[in-house]
Amino acid sequence: MSLDAATVRRIAKLARIRVRDEEVATLQGELNAILGYVEQLAEVNVEGVEPLSGGMRMALRSRADELTDGGMAEKILANAPDRIGNFFAVPKVVE
Amino acid sequence: MSVFDLTIAGAARALRAREISAVELAAAYNAAVEALNPRLNAYITPTPELALEQARAADRRLAGGGATPLTGIPIAMKDLFCTEGVRTTAASKILGNFVPPYESTVSARLKAAGAVMLGKANLDEFAMGSSNLTSAFGPVESPWKRHGAEARLAPGGSSGGSAAAVAARIALAATGTDTGGSIRQPAAFTGIAGIKPTYGRCSRFGVVAFASSLDQPGPMARNVEDNALMLSVMSGFDEKDSTSADRAVPDFTQALHRSVKGLKIGVPAEYRLEGTNPEILALWEQGIAWLRAEGAEIRDISLPHTKYGLPAYYIIAPAEASSNLARYDGVRYGLRVEGEDLIDLYERTRAEGFGAEVKRRILIGTYVLSHGYYDAYYLKAQKIRSLILRDFTDAFMEVDAILTPTAPSAAFGLDETMTDPLTMYLNDVFTVPASLAGVPAMSVPAGLSAAGLPLGLQVIGRHFDEETVFTVAAALERAAQFSALPQVRAE
Amino acid sequence: MAYTLAGRSGAWEVVVGLEVHAQVISVSKLFSGASAAYGGEPNAHVSFVDAGFPGMLPVINQECVAQAVRTGLGLKAQINLFSRFDRKNYFYADLPNGYQISQFAHPIVGKGIVEIELADGTLKPIGITRLHLEQDAGKSMHDQHPTKSIIDLNRAGVALMEIVSEPDIRSPEEAGAYLRKLRQILRYLGTCDGNMEEGSLRADVNVSVRKPGEAFRTRCEIKNVNSIRFVMHAVEAEALRQIEIWEDGGEVEQETRLYDPARGETRSMRSKEDAHDYRYFPDPDLLPLVLEEDWVAALKRGLPELPDEKRARFCAEYGIPFYDAGVLVAEQEVADFYEEVARGRDGKLAANWVTGDFFAAMNRTGKSIADPPVSAAALGALLDLITDKTINGRIAKDVFEEMVETGKPPAEIVVEKGLRQVTDTGAIDAAVTRVLAANADKVAEYKAGKDKLFGFFVGQVMKAMQGKGNPALVNEAVKKQLG
Ligand SMILES: [Mg+2]
Ligand SMILES: [Zn+2]
Repeated sequence: MSLDAATVRRIAKLARIRVRDEEVATLQGELNAILGYVEQLAEVNVEGVEPLSGGMRMALRSRADELTDGGMAEKILANAPDRIGNFFAVPKVVE
Repeated sequence: MSVFDLTIAGAARALRAREISAVELAAAYNAAVEALNPRLNAYITPTPELALEQARAADRRLAGGGATPLTGIPIAMKDLFCTEGVRTTAASKILGNFVPPYESTVSARLKAAGAVMLGKANLDEFAMGSSNLTSAFGPVESPWKRHGAEARLAPGGSSGGSAAAVAARIALAATGTDTGGSIRQPAAFTGIAGIKPTYGRCSRFGVVAFASSLDQPGPMARNVEDNALMLSVMSGFDEKDSTSADRAVPDFTQALHRSVKGLKIGVPAEYRLEGTNPEILALWEQGIAWLRAEGAEIRDISLPHTKYGLPAYYIIAPAEASSNLARYDGVRYGLRVEGEDLIDLYERTRAEGFGAEVKRRILIGTYVLSHGYYDAYYLKAQKIRSLILRDFTDAFMEVDAILTPTAPSAAFGLDETMTDPLTMYLNDVFTVPASLAGVPAMSVPAGLSAAGLPLGLQVIGRHFDEETVFTVAAALERAAQFSALPQVRAE
Repeated sequence: MAYTLAGRSGAWEVVVGLEVHAQVISVSKLFSGASAAYGGEPNAHVSFVDAGFPGMLPVINQECVAQAVRTGLGLKAQINLFSRFDRKNYFYADLPNGYQISQFAHPIVGKGIVEIELADGTLKPIGITRLHLEQDAGKSMHDQHPTKSIIDLNRAGVALMEIVSEPDIRSPEEAGAYLRKLRQILRYLGTCDGNMEEGSLRADVNVSVRKPGEAFRTRCEIKNVNSIRFVMHAVEAEALRQIEIWEDGGEVEQETRLYDPARGETRSMRSKEDAHDYRYFPDPDLLPLVLEEDWVAALKRGLPELPDEKRARFCAEYGIPFYDAGVLVAEQEVADFYEEVARGRDGKLAANWVTGDFFAAMNRTGKSIADPPVSAAALGALLDLITDKTINGRIAKDVFEEMVETGKPPAEIVVEKGLRQVTDTGAIDAAVTRVLAANADKVAEYKAGKDKLFGFFVGQVMKAMQGKGNPALVNEAVKKQLG
């Protein structure tokens, strides 16, 4: 499988990263090199093998339903690049 | 003998005996940072005043009781650990101005033990790299030189700032994080010891995430004992991390003096990779001989899926990263580049805020998770990951620990720029399998290359059996008598 | 008769499936300890986890898991002892992490069933495909500032249950009945308050149309409809739109749409234009959710009686009609009120009083079942006075009104106002004699065959006795004297 330029653009769009036209070809080459490298996994027979998604095999631990956090709007907003009152602010979104 | 010759254990004795105060120690280290950091760039943000403040508190504690072996010990904190009130950048422009209003669990544990933070150590951007060349705050220079050469060398990565700081003695120890070798490879490159504990041993809470199923904090220090002292404090169950292991933390220093006699040490055939530097292979043979001489039983073993570790890693890690880094969008914190609308803002912010390597990995990760490709890439890689875990599980039925080289080469030059990202990725070929399996692994400095650069050996253990890793690593350390010092260092 | 919409080319059938987002009742959020309460100052119910800060990690709330399991049990659904959380990746202003933690491949609850009742009394099963746990997003407001949208993350991370139905719904009425029934079950279970104004229950409505007997055609999803009435309108409006497209020779395109209640129509969502690729994958910050069979069994034992069972029991235990029982179990509090009144009494009498005079009084006074115009105990005491013939049913209505007005116990009112029923046959006979004498002409008409007048005489006698005559004895006496 090899990426074409349109796919590079589509992926960049999905990842919300602006790529300049002149970057596309370089990225295409680099990404294809990586994909070419990982291609060797195709030769491994994984029939009947369960995927391992985590670093450990155990069940999820849960916490009690208690109020232990929040009530600190100022800390939540302290690093905000833009805010209006206690709201985060972004350019107007049209739905 | 100067204060810079002290290990943690030695400094702790001196502090307790009041031969030196924590403030004096911190001041000496602050001065060394000031002198050497402009050249090494090991710290992104030195925190000399905070260090003195913490040292004063440490002195009160040393005088009043309740001191721990880390009280008053000056350390570097990888700038991936969020530190309350101290800028935390992950070496990225996108977090260049981020001041966390909270503290990571690991840094909080060190703080509570009385450790003194000298500053936030440089790293590859978002811990993505094996060279420290991808930092938005400039590369870290290794304090080591090849014999008779002036070329600036890479400290390895991603915990390159931590490694350089410890090696150059502008920190007594440091925190690192290891996702595919980010503690072990830079430790090997800079002649220090570092351990990636079992996944789940150290909390990831407050550590800027790269690849959640692989990321694991760990210590880096001058010797094995100092690692044991650091890890004993850094480890432990954390209810704020769902992947944290709820099990008791042993006193790792107890393992250091155990004999390797009777231990079965595995030597995996598949690590004799084509193209590996013969010096590395020779050192490996030397390591085997040392352990045999100490009474260990050497066994040839097979980890058949070793060669697939790296390609599987380069699917899994970028996939997780592409999602973990989606939060950097210019809305709640960090860099924002204004745009015509919200999507434009996102795209400009992320294009401007992330460096080339990070973008590459986000794009690869986005692709392998995207519709129609998930099964072929991500799911397949997870199945390979299962096979790699099975390799280790099978091997550990026969042996107590595994000995391999840490990296396929010694440190490379900062200017020997690798045009192809793949060549860089190959640095992690020996370290990635243990990361995928979640087992503990440690790099110990074991010798010098012909050019005079440090080389490391890696000891891999069973899940949650860091103690055997420490036992074997300490035996190697005693045998290797590694005492070389880098050319650039505090004295 | 099946619901169809008439087009130029004939009848069209409507096919609807609903994805309901039900907010879980819990103290704190699904993955953080911040408050899940509705409202609050902007960004006050927010932890660093909810706001997607660097290094923050999710830890699951046990009670939210329990609530999902209870709901699954209430929907008679398969509980999956193994489930897992996945990340659904997309960028949006009110989605702080750039992904929503949801359950994609392995939901906590599998197939189930909800039985709905239509206006004509027909019962119809609607299949449940699955129920999964996921996080709510924050709230973006686009109309508070001329050039900016503002964001409040108080809702971000609150636990939702997404309940997906099979495409078994065939009319707006069925869609409404399904939502009402689902809300009723959730409220009985105490797992969701069902408050649609506050957004605790929202529906994504999948609509397609087809000619009867055909396979399914392309569907459109109408997002976030927040009232049952709007859901019903949206189904019809969207079906009509699609019929027009098909009949004009066009092709309905699969897309996400919004319902505009002001215009009564659906429109395409511009912000959802670019096709989504959510890149689901297992959340590496969370391990698989594994439930113990015993734990699920304990939750099952702790479930309240659900509306269908309660309704059946009311019919059997109190001998009331199926329809009445349905009215009484519509809300758990009403059912409880009824049971308190009916226990040890005549269940039919109790049902008539609760659904009749009591509901009327509740409407009139604007009171609720939580603060009723007359307590269940007082209403029961009133029924006792009827049963032991202290008062008759006619007088009881006056006593009830007095109870609503003054809050006094019925016995006290009866004594105070001298309303005790007259059972003295001598007094009754005398009243009958007086009434018949005063209406000699009518007596003649009655005797000539105008039977209907019997009721008139009884009414006159009751009136003469200020309503206090025992109705049976009065009847008897009138009959006897008329010969
Ligand atoms: Mg939906
Ligand atoms: Zn949903």
